[in-house]
This record gives sequence, structure tokens and C-alpha cells, in this order.
Amino acid sequence: MTLALIPLLPLLGALIPSLFRSRNLNALSAGAIAGISMLLLLLQAPAVFNGEMPLASWSWIPAIGLNFAFRVSGFGFMFAFLILGIGLLIVLYARFYISADDPMGRFYSYLLLFMGSMLGIVLSENIMLLMMFWELTSISSFLLIGFWSYRTDAREGARQALVITGGGGLAMIAGFLLLGHIVGSFELTTILAAKEIIHAHHLYPITLILILLGAFTKSAQFPFQFWLPHAMAAPTPVSAYLHSATMVKAGVFLLALLFPVLSGSSLWFYIVTPVGLITFMFAAYMAMFKDDLKGLLAYSTVSHLGLITLLLGLGSPLAAFTAVFHILNHATFKAGLFMLAGIIDHETGTRDMKRLSGLWKYMPITGTLTMIGSASMAGVPLFNGFLSKEMFLAETLEPNLFGAFSWIVPLGATLAAIFAVAYSIRMVHDVFFKEPFTNLPKKPHEPPHGMRLPAEILMTLCVLVGLFPMTLAAPMVNMAAGSILGAATPDYHIAIWHGLNMALAMSVIALAGGAVFYLQRLRLFDSHRWCMRYCDGKATFEALIRGLVQGGRTLTGLMENGSLQRYIALLVGAVFVLGASPFFGSSVPFIGPLAMSSVDPVTLIMGLVLIVCTVATVVNHRNRILSIIMLGSVGLIVSLSFIRFSAPDLALTQISVEVVTIILLMMALHLLPRTTPVESSSVRRGRDIGLSVLAGGGAAALMLAVLSRPYDTIAGYFLENSKPGGGGTNVVNVILVDFRGFDTLGEITVLVIAGLVIYAMLHNFELTAPGIDALGRPWVQDRFPMILAQITRPLMPLALLFAAYIFLRGHNEPGGGFIAGLIVASVLILQYISSGIVWTRPRLTVDNHIIMAWGLVIAVLTGVGSWVIGYPFLTTSFTYLTWPLVGKFEVASAIAFDLGVFLAVVGSVMLILVKLGSMNSKDAEIVSASVQKAKEKKEGAH
Amino acid sequence: MLNVALVIAFVFMTLAQLLNLYRLFKGPSLPDRILALDTMYINALALFVLLGIYFDTATYFEAALIIAVMGFISTVATSKYLMRGDIVE
Repeated sequence: MTLALIPLLPLLGALIPSLFRSRNLNALSAGAIAGISMLLLLLQAPAVFNGEMPLASWSWIPAIGLNFAFRVSGFGFMFAFLILGIGLLIVLYARFYISADDPMGRFYSYLLLFMGSMLGIVLSENIMLLMMFWELTSISSFLLIGFWSYRTDAREGARQALVITGGGGLAMIAGFLLLGHIVGSFELTTILAAKEIIHAHHLYPITLILILLGAFTKSAQFPFQFWLPHAMAAPTPVSAYLHSATMVKAGVFLLALLFPVLSGSSLWFYIVTPVGLITFMFAAYMAMFKDDLKGLLAYSTVSHLGLITLLLGLGSPLAAFTAVFHILNHATFKAGLFMLAGIIDHETGTRDMKRLSGLWKYMPITGTLTMIGSASMAGVPLFNGFLSKEMFLAETLEPNLFGAFSWIVPLGATLAAIFAVAYSIRMVHDVFFKEPFTNLPKKPHEPPHGMRLPAEILMTLCVLVGLFPMTLAAPMVNMAAGSILGAATPDYHIAIWHGLNMALAMSVIALAGGAVFYLQRLRLFDSHRWCMRYCDGKATFEALIRGLVQGGRTLTGLMENGSLQRYIALLVGAVFVLGASPFFGSSVPFIGPLAMSSVDPVTLIMGLVLIVCTVATVVNHRNRILSIIMLGSVGLIVSLSFIRFSAPDLALTQISVEVVTIILLMMALHLLPRTTPVESSSVRRGRDIGLSVLAGGGAAALMLAVLSRPYDTIAGYFLENSKPGGGGTNVVNVILVDFRGFDTLGEITVLVIAGLVIYAMLHNFELTAPGIDALGRPWVQDRFPMILAQITRPLMPLALLFAAYIFLRGHNEPGGGFIAGLIVASVLILQYISSGIVWTRPRLTVDNHIIMAWGLVIAVLTGVGSWVIGYPFLTTSFTYLTWPLVGKFEVASAIAFDLGVFLAVVGSVMLILVKLGSMNSKDAEIVSASVQKAKEKKEGAH
Repeated sequence: MLNVALVIAFVFMTLAQLLNLYRLFKGPSLPDRILALDTMYINALALFVLLGIYFDTATYFEAALIIAVMGFISTVATSKYLMRGDIVE
């Protein structure tokens, strides 16, 4: 459990920092959560350093192979350590960086969310689980990058990052599914042991490409590199975190994780190596020309990611080892450099290197730290960046698969290294030296110590690792690389001095060449301007998105012209074609072998009445009131037929729904035109009539075909299990509240939502009703006929009693909460009709919203109740009690659920009807007056 | 004896429904049609009870009861609409 808590703690605790007002508490709580996670991780350290791999696994959705499983491999441990370690430093740094105007609590919440998702990626054992965390990082990074949401560039940058990494994530899902399909398991341990199976499978190429797409987009590899520099619109702590140790490293993490099973083929080599090399060179080149400090660092990050990708592409164990080492080194110096860039920005008001200069006098400590970081970034000896870069250069010289062109990798690597030296020099020299600055927004000074402390720690590490690699870094790197490579782990000695060799020569060339490049930079800038016109990925991206949106609109416009008739016609037509097609050319007779049952005259005549009334409804549909009356008779006959075929529950429901529907329609009709205008052409009406006859006839024919064949339905199961399984003899009700209780819960939820939405939509919406009736006569002046009022009042208790009866017997006899709810609602509405709002409202003091909400709460609690006592959600339990006088009777938890249904129905139906009924402007005044009156009455009583 | 009575009752009830149908279509005024629908409800109630006797079961009794309790509400709503337009005021 402690293992799973490492990623879950930041995720679950993400909201906590938002709870505090104080900025210190914001930071402290976030730090505490990350700190506890760190402690939990360190608890695993002894086992991991012993070469074990702690595992924790819970079954989640076994049917699709999804387990809630975590592992701490050596590599995962290193990554988690980086994420949490740098995360803690970021928490401290951000406390000073985020200004008082920004919502700091929210910042830390996003940060923790991101941290948790990142930890989830590196610690997942199940790749489906990994995928979920992967998506979570896309979303949380979107929130972080767009933190200053009032800025256009922040919004655009965030959107771009989301689209690119999210899109890549989609490809990766497909890749993972294929991988799982090939191996037969989504567990990493199984997958990592199945190299031969994966390579031999014919789906290997497409799987590889899909997974690489996911990794490359996340790690900003060419040609997806452009989103990363634009993500620099984020606050600097975010950039420092996302672009040093986490977000972008997720891509290379995945490459390294799957390295043992996916690498080793020529396809891997020919995709990964060139992509890495191009990214490495191109981004290093771009970084030289960035005037924005963070822009420079962003491209440098892309370039270093390219370096790591290139190493993984080379495929040798030592290259993978170097990649792991460089991940560690890069995270250290790049996080620090981003923080320093943020400090410079914070204390001078600009990040523009054309304006910054001569800061050394004002910020010597920051300057020193920046120099250390830059030296490490450039690969100067005695700093940690040098070690891994030297190893990298040596690796590029190894014989590789490019054959006669094998010189291209070392050449490109040296060139990129030269660029790297040049931009590193620029970052130090342009900012801290050169002539004194002239126009800075603020007078520069050293930052508060707390803000500088994280960078100090990181830079100290850079130097220490650079000086004593074997003591400080080697154990961690060996363990991490060992967990990837297994037996193939090279026995490598990290050292500063490897003797005079080719790699050292390349390093020297890079350092010297970089200095020359920097001195000649003004000439380079000219040539670069030409290039920039063609290399801006953002413009291409925006154009692409615009084109997509435009294309989408055109396509939508072609398919959706806004005509509901057309949509329905297409839908019904398609259904008819699909339903009818199997019968054409089939030799099986349409009508089955069962004989027709005889028809009694009553049923026959009622059937005819039904048909006549249905046709009359359609024919009269333009005269709305008439068609509603016809529809009423249709409903009645339908309920008769339910009785004829022994379905009393359906008949009860049908009748009560019928009544409520007519009330609803009458209310709406008052505010609507009385007749429907003729809108469609006669050709169109002909088409629609034809279609509906075909569809209706088709449905009837299908029924005939089904009913004339012997078949087994699921009814038998329900009939048998209703009493023993659900404790009720009314199968319909038992299905509703037990077998399909979850569906019912969903349905009443929808009902409640619909009620709320209708209420919200009609709120403050008033219509003026016509003052005369259809024949032009004024309305009758008698608003509440006395006979009606006097009869309906005593009727109410009788009807309520009847509803209670229907409700209580529901589990064993026809009835139930739904029908009872409709009865109560319509009887209550009857009071509104016969006695008016002013009379009824003060007498019905319970708010319909509250009734409705209680209904839902009770239904959910019933379900949770069975959970608590160890059964699946909504399992009915029942027992028999003996009460004096009443005798033995059954108590089932289903009745509580049914009570929930009942209340939800009463509440929502009343809510909708009362709102709809009081919608016209005259009523609205009456309602507000009656509410006022009720309030006064209440106050008077106190 | 009961069987004979049942048959006669069914015949008359069905006839009555047909007559209601005639009134429903013929009108001529809306109140006529509303009354026709209301009477159809009452006849349906009778048919429910008859069917219950015919199948020898009490199961359909509640269906008849629900018509008795609720059936007239739609008539009230429609009539109120004809009288005042606004049914909840």
C-alpha cells in the first residue's frame, strides 16, 4: 500500500494547498505532501538498491487486463527521486516566484496533480494504468502552462502542448493496445520478458511507430519540437519542472523503459537515431539565436532530449547506460538554469538578452551559479554534463548501421556540441558581462535567499557529481541502467579522464568551436533570419489547426443543414435499410412456424379503434388541441391492450404517464401557436409519409417474424430468480429495483437533471399568453369553479392513500415507486389547477428541489448500504419481521430504493409542471406575491 | 350464467367505445370530444374490471382504480384549458 501511495498521495492531496489563504501554508502543505511521498519512496530504497523490484498489485478491471499495479524498478526509482527531489525544490522556489496577485494555492494544486501523474507514469506496472497517468500529465501540464490564463501566449502555448502531446497520447494508446495484444498481457514484467515474441510478430512495426509517436511528441522530438518553446509562456517554476525532470522526460522515460523489448531492430535504429540526431542539431542551432533566456533554455532542452533519444537509438547497452546518466545530469543542471533564468527575470523585469548585460556587479552569486550550470550544459570538464557528454561522443563513434555514412553521427554530434557551447557562452556572457546595462525595467539585485537556495543545491550537485562521479552518481546510474538492461548492463567506470582518445578530441573541438561561433555570432544572426522564416513550427501549427477547423465546418455544413426532418429521415431510412436487408435474398420464410392465436372480437375492435385514433392523431396534427385529445385515446387503448395481455404494471404506468403528459401539453399549448404552420413541400411530405409507413410497417413485420417463432427469452430467468434473489414476486418491480437497479438509478438521475435543467432554462423566462381563446372569445371569468375545487380537495387524501398502497405493494404486486410518484404528482398538480397557485403554494411548503434531491440521496445511500455490508452495489437484502397486529411481513432494502425513486419522480415532475404552469407573465407576478405572503406568514408565526 | 352476462357486457362495452369514437371524431365542438375521451376512460375502467372477471384474477383491479383516481385529471386539465387557457394560475 505504501508503494501505491507514492503517486496517489500528491494526486489525492492536490486540493489541500488550495484550502489555505496564507501563501506560506500553500507552499508548506504542498511541500509536506511531496515530502511524505519522498519518504515513502526512500523506504523502498534498500530493496531497490539490492536489485529487487517491489511490486504492489490490485485487480481493477480484470476483464480488460487493467490492474492497479505499481512497481519500483531501479530506473523508476531514479525517476521518481528526480520528480520528487526537484519537485520539492520547485515548491520552495515557487513560493518566492509566484506573486501575490496570482492564486498560489491553485498553482500548488496543479503542481501536485502533475507530480502525482508523473510519479504514476514512472511507477506503473500496468501499461494501461501508465497510459492513464500519461494522459493526466497532458491535462495537468495544460493547466500549468496556461496558469496565467489571461495571457494569449499562455493559452495558445497550453493548447498547443495539449494538442500535440494529447494527440501523441492517442497514438500511444493504440500502440499499447497492440503491444498488449501481441504479448497477451498489459503487465510490464510480462511485456519486458517477451522481446522475441514482439519482434517476431507481424504487428511489431506499426506498434513501434505508434509508441514512438507518443514518446516523440511528449519529448518534443523533431518534427514535434515546436510546442516546447511556446510552452515557455508558463511561470518559470513550471518550465523548470516540466522541462527539466518531468513532462518532456516522460517520452525518453518510455523509450528507455521499453528499450529492452522494442530496440534491437533496424527499424528502431533507422527511426530513433535520425530523429534524435536531427532534434539534437536543429534545436541546438535554434538555441543559439534565441534572445529570450527561457527560449534559449527551451531549445537547449529539446536538443538534450534529442541527444538522449539518439543514444537510445544507437541501441548498444553502453549507449543506454549513458542515456540514463545524461537524464540525471540534464535534470540537475537544466532545472537549476531555468530557476536562475527565472531569478534574473524576477529581479530585472526582463528575460531579453538584448537588454540584459553587465549584471555581474549586481548579482555575483546568481552569476556564479549560472556559470556552473552553463558550463555543465556546454560539457566543460569537472562538471557533470561533461561526463555524460563525453561518454555520448564516444558512443557515436561506435560502428553503427549507417554503413558508409557512419561518419554522419559523430559529425552531427560534434556540430551540435559546438552549438551547445556557443549558446552556453552566450547565456553567461550576454547577461552578466559585456557593457553595463542601460534600460532595465527594475534595478537588479540578488533575490531572497530562499529563492536562490534550490538553484544553489542543484549547482552544488553539478559540481560534486562532476568531481566525484563514482561515489555520488554511479550507484544510482548503475542501478537504474541495470534495471533496464538486466544481464547486459555494462561494467562501466565513470571517470573524468579516459586518456587521450577521439571523444576527448571531439570535446575539445566543441569547446573551441563553440567559442569561435560565439565570437562570430553577429554574422550568424543574419543568415539565421532567413532560416527563421521557414522554421517556425507555431505558424504551421496554427495554420494547420485553422485549416482543420475550417474543413470541419465545411464538412459539418454539408452534412448538417439544420433540418431536423432530414436527420430523422436519414436515421429512419438507414434503420429501415439495415433492418430489411437481411431478408432480401434469404431463403428462410419470413413468418415462422408457430400458428396464429385466435382473435376475440373485443380485442379486434379495440385494435381497430387504436388504428383509427392513431391515424386521426397524425391527420389532425396541425390542430394541436384536437391531436392531443386523439393521442389521449391512443394511450388509453394501449393501456387496455396491456391489460388484455396481462401486463398490469405497464397499464398502470401507461395511464399515469398519460395523465401527466396531457397536463404538460395543455400547459405548453397555452403559450404556443394553436396550429402548426405548413412548412415542408408536398414532395417532402410524401417522402416522409412513405418513410414512416415503411418504418412502422417494418417494425410490425419484424414483431410478427419474431413472435411467430419459438424462442427463449431472458424472462424465464427473472421469473425464477425474482423471489429467491430479489425477495419480491412482482418481477417487473424486482427488475427495476434489484436486477437492473443500477439502470434505474441512472434513469432517476437523468430525470432529476432534466428537472433541474428545465427549471433553470425557464427561470426568469416569461411569456405573455393570449387574452382570447381559439374562437376569439374572452376567457371565462370564473377562475376556480367551486364544484371542481370542493371535489378535488377531499379527493386528495384518498388519492394519497391510494398512492401509498400502490407504493407499498409494489415489490410483490403491480405498483411501485414510479407509479405512486406520478399519482402523487398529478394529484398535487390538480390542486394547483382547481384552487390556484395562491391557495396551493403556501400549503405545499416543502421545496420540490429538496424532495427530488432526497430521492436521489436515498437511492444512492441504499446502494452504498449494500456496499458497506459487503455486497455489490444495490444488492437487495430482505428479511421477515413479525409485528403485533400486523403479523409477519417482509422488509426489503429495495423498498428504500423505491422510496428514492418515488421522491425523485414526485419532486422532478412537480418542479417541471409548476414551473411550466407559472411561466406566463401574469402567473409570475402571482407566484412572487404568494412567496412573499408565505414568508410573511412564517415570520409572523415566529 | 355469469359467462352469458360477461359476453353481453363485453358486447355493450365495445359498442359504447365505438359510439365514443364516433363522438370523438364527429365533435362537433371541443367539449364534445373531451367528453367522448372522458367516457372512453370510464368505459376502459369497466373493461378492466370485466377482463378481471373473465380471467378470474384480481390483478387488474388497481388498473381500474388508477383510472378512477387519475383518469379525470386529464379531462379537468383540458376543460380548464378551454375555459381559461391557463391551467395553473
